[in-house]
Amino acid sequence: MEPWGYLSRWVPGVTRRKEMLERIGVSDVMELYSDVPRELILPEPPRVGYGRPLSEEEVRRVLDEVLSRNTVYRAPPPFTGGGWCPHHVPAAVRYIVERGEFLTAYTPYQAEINQGLLQALFEYQSLIADLTELEVVNASMYDGSTATAEAALMAMRVTRRRKVVVSGGLHPEYLEVLRTWLQGKGAEIRVADIDVESGVTSTEALSSLVDGNTAAVIVSSPNFYGVFEDVEAAADTAHKHGALLVQVFEPLSLGLVKPPGRLGADIAVAEGQPLGLGLNYGGPGLGVFAVRWDRRLLRQLPGRLIGMTRDAEGRRAFTMILQAREQHIRREKATSNITTNEALMAIAAAAYLSFLGGEGLRELARSIWLRSHYAARRLSEEGVEAPIFSGEFFKEFTARFPAPYRRVHEELKRRGIMGGLALERYGMDPRLALFCVTELHSKRDIDSLASAVAEALKITERGG
Amino acid sequence: MAGKEWRQARWEEPLVNEYQGRRGGYTIPHGWEDEELARIVGEPWDRLGGLSRGEAPQLPGLSEIELVRHYTRLAHMSYGVDNGPVPLGSCTMKYNPRVSEELASDPRVALLHPLQDEDTVQGLLEILWRLERWLAEITGMDRCSLQPPAGAAGELTGALMIRKYHLDRGEERDEMLVPDSAHGTNPASAAMAGFRVVKIPSNSRGTVDLEALRAALSERTAGIMLTNPNTLGLFEDEILEIARLVHDAGGLLYYDGANLNGIMGIVRPGDMGFDIVHLNVHKTFASPHGGGGPGAGVVCAKGALVDYLPRPLIERRGDRFYWDYSCERCIGRIRAFYGNIAPLLKAYVYIASLSGVGLREAALQATVNTNYFIALMRGVEGYELPYDPERPRKHEVVYSAKPLHRETGVTAGDVAKALLDRGLHAPTIYFPLIVDEALMIEFTDSETPENIEAYAEALREIAEQARRSPEEVKKAPRNTSVARVDEVYANHPRTVTPSYRVHALRAKGLLR
Repeated sequence: MEPWGYLSRWVPGVTRRKEMLERIGVSDVMELYSDVPRELILPEPPRVGYGRPLSEEEVRRVLDEVLSRNTVYRAPPPFTGGGWCPHHVPAAVRYIVERGEFLTAYTPYQAEINQGLLQALFEYQSLIADLTELEVVNASMYDGSTATAEAALMAMRVTRRRKVVVSGGLHPEYLEVLRTWLQGKGAEIRVADIDVESGVTSTEALSSLVDGNTAAVIVSSPNFYGVFEDVEAAADTAHKHGALLVQVFEPLSLGLVKPPGRLGADIAVAEGQPLGLGLNYGGPGLGVFAVRWDRRLLRQLPGRLIGMTRDAEGRRAFTMILQAREQHIRREKATSNITTNEALMAIAAAAYLSFLGGEGLRELARSIWLRSHYAARRLSEEGVEAPIFSGEFFKEFTARFPAPYRRVHEELKRRGIMGGLALERYGMDPRLALFCVTELHSKRDIDSLASAVAEALKITERGG
Repeated sequence: MAGKEWRQARWEEPLVNEYQGRRGGYTIPHGWEDEELARIVGEPWDRLGGLSRGEAPQLPGLSEIELVRHYTRLAHMSYGVDNGPVPLGSCTMKYNPRVSEELASDPRVALLHPLQDEDTVQGLLEILWRLERWLAEITGMDRCSLQPPAGAAGELTGALMIRKYHLDRGEERDEMLVPDSAHGTNPASAAMAGFRVVKIPSNSRGTVDLEALRAALSERTAGIMLTNPNTLGLFEDEILEIARLVHDAGGLLYYDGANLNGIMGIVRPGDMGFDIVHLNVHKTFASPHGGGGPGAGVVCAKGALVDYLPRPLIERRGDRFYWDYSCERCIGRIRAFYGNIAPLLKAYVYIASLSGVGLREAALQATVNTNYFIALMRGVEGYELPYDPERPRKHEVVYSAKPLHRETGVTAGDVAKALLDRGLHAPTIYFPLIVDEALMIEFTDSETPENIEAYAEALREIAEQARRSPEEVKKAPRNTSVARVDEVYANHPRTVTPSYRVHALRAKGLLR
């Protein structure tokens, strides 16, 4: 049936199929499908793959050929912003999540045989709790965007209200996701514009939208444009009307700035990608989801939760807790439908944070702050308005070019640089671009970006 | 090898929070430049003012050797498919090919930014474009969105598509039908999309009760969410009639792809009459579960429903590949960017390696493995096979430990723990809800016949032990890293501890 082992490598039973069928008491394997309406049985296997099975070496060659058509920006790494930036992934972190015991495990429904996995996830929850200064953290959501949507849904359940007020500084794709996820719930989503001078949410706009029907105020700090918001003021506004404050945060920035728990956030969510996940063309991510200790909130928390407990002999042990919130118990009354999440990425994030330590995180955040500020300064020396907002920023900043940015971008690309994100993509001024500068960008990388921008501007001025 | 002598490691490994260091072994990539940069742009704390947090966060810092040893010990106390059989029903715990891991971590994928220009990612886009075609072919659908990050997210996507489809036609259909044997995600997803869930009972054969279905259908019916084969491992042999009834009533059919593994390449949901399908890439196409994720929950649609798929979709013009953001009727966007790329790439490698003929053979073997196990279990006392025991099962089988429970007091949960003691992962237990003391077992195509035999033998031994001394079984497990976990303590309001921070605050009396 298979002279070269393509099948038995992954499907070992084929070598004993005949004997197994005899034991079952059938002579042909298709007798096991006798209850399937005959007209539904495909006359031949589907036409997928490359026409025949491929050996490991062949599949490697096929992939190698296709992937050679990608361009990797390694030195310098992409300067592209948009809520997803290049960061260093330590080799030890990568090794840890490649361990088969974690990689190939299922959700730890059987606690006793998966204490290591459970402890790793409990540590993730604990590290994020200490980082955000919010006590309860779930074992992960899919990514930052869906965590934001889940936070809004949770706030609607907690307050039994339907209005969600969102800062205009929220990532445009997060806003799209929010609109999609809330469309079955009759939610009213209102957006508070940002102030064009400072780049932060206008206090007046926010106050005018928040009222007694508001379930949540969602503020991103730093926001999509890289600028820190006044979360405390937004929290005051929300709380005055009985609404919850949801902060979308950037995990590494917490090495420098006050955590959501000190700013009055009830729920804090984040994209955990900076915490050792790598780029991977946008996925998998890690939806970080933290709430303050409050039984009203705990009852409505979506997602899986790991707790510390003891075993029958008094040893410390870990297990999944408060499962009565979840879909496999509560079905249509569950707090969310989530089950598969991003557990392995949560382990990566925990290993990454432990490898940094609090002091290391502070040093890293400082390095990112210095580099992004140095880049903005170098670009402004070349005739670019950077940053365009007066608010304090971290990692990402918005720049305005004298000409449409796309033309500059093409010139940068010709010089081997993947530049900023053209905000025209989201329907904004074509001269705007969002840059992201991290610990992976050396001073030389930044200087080469600046000189390439200078050349590109000359060419675009000349060429018109 | 699993067996009576099996023992799991029992490290007394501290929590990372209990490590003393505050600066770990991470090296800042170009950190030596930071002092010079600070001289040029100043220090962040001088600029941040009231935003500044002052001191560093209170996080433990581990050196590289401490970090690797910590996680190595935790790995020793964990158990996945690489350790032994994990026959969790409806979870499809296949072997995860190493070559898929290798290729998905290729820097030419791993180092791509999601917003870098499309002309710099043509190779990856071609892979995704091809993968979509393959998945459409396997399911018998027209187009697929690769965006949903997991099966449940796929279900939400599908439920929202059904909702919008009816709204666009000016119809107010607010009821979603879900069989009582369905996965819990189905009613939860339907509810998230705003539907009222109507439960359809199973008949005595374990399949959808057509009379009950007919009675439930009305002008309020938006659709039905079904998995076929169902969670009993039985093929819904009246599926064509079900599809006709639902469509005649103006409803749509949603296919939960969690149970595709026994029929992949043999029967297609599209041919059965389904309008929307989700696939669990991390089940059927052998990307790893990662202790809970990441997965990928591709959603495919047929005919008019294609317009409702989330955007962007991947398109090809000549030899160029690009994302199409146009959205006339689409439900919007289900997550940021394009999907969980790494698991999708692993699915690509799996399908490319096996091709259509290999996928079909894998599905056949999954079914052979299930029925071989059933054959081995004939005559093993204490377990019964409810619902039409003579009918072949497909990807999985559900036994009931009710006879054993009645006779000895030993429950399905106790049997599960006793299996752990032999180095065998337990099945899914107490599910589906329509079976008492359920043991839901799915070996997949990956498991060896020898391990299937060992599993049946272990169940026989446990039943014997239960008859001899039930209290011994109830003390299991003993060979795992810890003994039976105290679930009451774990969940009690006074002791519930979801983080080390809660533990520390409670110890200081600071927790309200």
